[in-house]
Amino acid sequence: MFPYFQSNSESISNGICIILALVSVKLYTSFDFNCPCLPQYNKLYSLGVMIVPPIILFFLGVLVNRHTGVMMDEWMRPMGNRSKNPSVVKYLFSAMLQRALLAPMVWILVTLLDGKIFICAFSVSVDPTIFSGTYISLPTAPPGLPNNTGLEVTRIMAKIPCKEDAIFRNSSFRKAVSRYVRCYSQAVGWSILLFLIVLGAMGRLIKPCFDDQATFLQTRYWSNYLDVEQKLFDETCVLHARDFARKCVVQFFEDMREDTILHLPFQPTIISVKDEWDDEDEDRLHGITKHDQVDQLLNKWYYNKPELDIYSPLPNKIGIPWPPRECTETIHTYIYIYIYI
Amino acid sequence: MDKFRMMFQFLQSNQESFMNGICGIMALASAQMYSAFEFSCPCMPEYNYNYGIGLLIIPPIWFFLLGFVLNNNVSVLAEEWRRPTGSRSKDPTILRYMFCSITQRSLIAPAVWVSVTLMDGKSFLCAFSINLDIERFGNTSFVKGMSETEKIKLLARIPCKDLFEHPEIRMAASRYIKCISQACGWMFLLLMTFTAFLIRAIRPCFTQAAFLKTKYWSHYIDIERKIFDETCKEHAKSFAKVCIQQYFENISGEMRVLHHHHSNRDESDDEEDKRRSDEEKLLGIRAQDDMNKVLWNWHTCKPALALRKDQIAEENEGKMNGNLNGAVNGFIKGHAHQVEKKEWAVYYSKV
Repeated sequence: MFPYFQSNSESISNGICIILALVSVKLYTSFDFNCPCLPQYNKLYSLGVMIVPPIILFFLGVLVNRHTGVMMDEWMRPMGNRSKNPSVVKYLFSAMLQRALLAPMVWILVTLLDGKIFICAFSVSVDPTIFSGTYISLPTAPPGLPNNTGLEVTRIMAKIPCKEDAIFRNSSFRKAVSRYVRCYSQAVGWSILLFLIVLGAMGRLIKPCFDDQATFLQTRYWSNYLDVEQKLFDETCVLHARDFARKCVVQFFEDMREDTILHLPFQPTIISVKDEWDDEDEDRLHGITKHDQVDQLLNKWYYNKPELDIYSPLPNKIGIPWPPRECTETIHTYIYIYIYI
Repeated sequence: MDKFRMMFQFLQSNQESFMNGICGIMALASAQMYSAFEFSCPCMPEYNYNYGIGLLIIPPIWFFLLGFVLNNNVSVLAEEWRRPTGSRSKDPTILRYMFCSITQRSLIAPAVWVSVTLMDGKSFLCAFSINLDIERFGNTSFVKGMSETEKIKLLARIPCKDLFEHPEIRMAASRYIKCISQACGWMFLLLMTFTAFLIRAIRPCFTQAAFLKTKYWSHYIDIERKIFDETCKEHAKSFAKVCIQQYFENISGEMRVLHHHHSNRDESDDEEDKRRSDEEKLLGIRAQDDMNKVLWNWHTCKPALALRKDQIAEENEGKMNGNLNGAVNGFIKGHAHQVEKKEWAVYYSKV
């Protein structure tokens, strides 16, 4: 089961997406929210806390997603031998966007359902008279403040998010206002949740009703193909580099050994190493054995991707490998002729 | 081929349990979300009822729709509903069955939320505290001088511990409402369980044979779609592998040679097998246009549910002749047919 999940890059993306959402919840619970309780700064601080972390989480989600790289490659590459399909780019973009938007949405919703930030932002805008007559109403102003009703009220309302402030010690006014604002905050949060889920459900139910379901199958196949192809190409290059390096080092040692043997007073038979040229090594190097061949290969992979049309291999072939096999240290030429009968 | 078989068995054996697992996880998530959610009644006459009842109703709707969104069978259902008839006829009973099973699974998480909310009692307390007759709960002399609106405002503050000044009356009233709420909760649970029991117990009395047929074909549609997706993914992988290989070879100017005469080495046999299995996985589709046609026809003109007979006869013959043929080709052919035959047998027995 594990290799199945591991090889499926979509499940990996979904897993990363969910992990980011959980990180977002954990971040919120461990964040020490400190409302400044001053009329000029409350709103700024709260909106900052509500907006800046989601933006960060969004960019993180985009960075971490594999599809971003695949999409950018496909969008920016020159046409070459392979035609470009804009619907594939659009599909990859929307998949990436959906996954990246989950963690920010989770942060915003947890914020709204918790209510602290709303209280901090909007306690100043609450009209205190709706609470009058019921509780021990507006506490008397602390001594020393000017008796200017407007400023006083605003400052007092701005202090509501701060539990420990002295002016609220004997009154339940603060709690009443907090509950009131929290109720609004939770209502907004649930409304957004409901709206999103209705959107999601409609999308799921209605999408196949549009008649491009067949095109959608094609788009999905080719975007998965691009992803797999990029991964396989990287893997092949890594394996090629490893074999290239190994061959180069081995040839260098052998050349050194041959040189030392040649300098001896009597020359024993030189054991030819040509016969031990491994067939597997041949296969893995795919015939790319020179520096500029590799450069040309990598260059062409970007500028001129191959056509999506693979010919079938012929059973009888004569293969003449491109001489010479160079290593930067020594130059030897070997010519091989394989004849398949 | 091995990988296909493994994956096939995994998918088939786990498909039902996967959906049931998701269902259970959502039910647990619903209970967890209720306990993590900070219920804060506004304690004001205009808002209490809306808040209390809103929290009883809106999250269940949300969980129900979430069940639809998370369930993959919804897309299967919608596709099956909207596809052109092609070579395969459409059966409306299958659509109905799938819809019913999706709905049943999606109803579990909302039911859990409603039960937990009712058992806890806070939502009822918030919604109905203003309808109480406060004289029943103790010494309420402080109410005597109040006007109607003031009385209602007082009653509205009962759910809030920190806003109501007479704790004993508050405790008595909240116990009373919680008791009613729990009674409603238990009645709700009883009703849901009884309904589920009736559906389960009575259904076999009606149209059991047709039901078996419907269940089989809806399961078939689901698993066919999964296998198609898996086949496409495997094809894409093999396509990419061969494409990259040929690209490397084109750059080097060298053509690959099949090393049949070195077949005494085990490694090159493995390489050959790998290459051959890559070729097999391509299933003959080697060009972009061909693949596009395959995918287009899969939706617009699904194949008929009738497998070709000649393949089975050929397999049987192959099995008999495979033992006689000692040559390399014959061995491979017999081996492949043996594998295929086993797959066929596996499929049949699961049915």
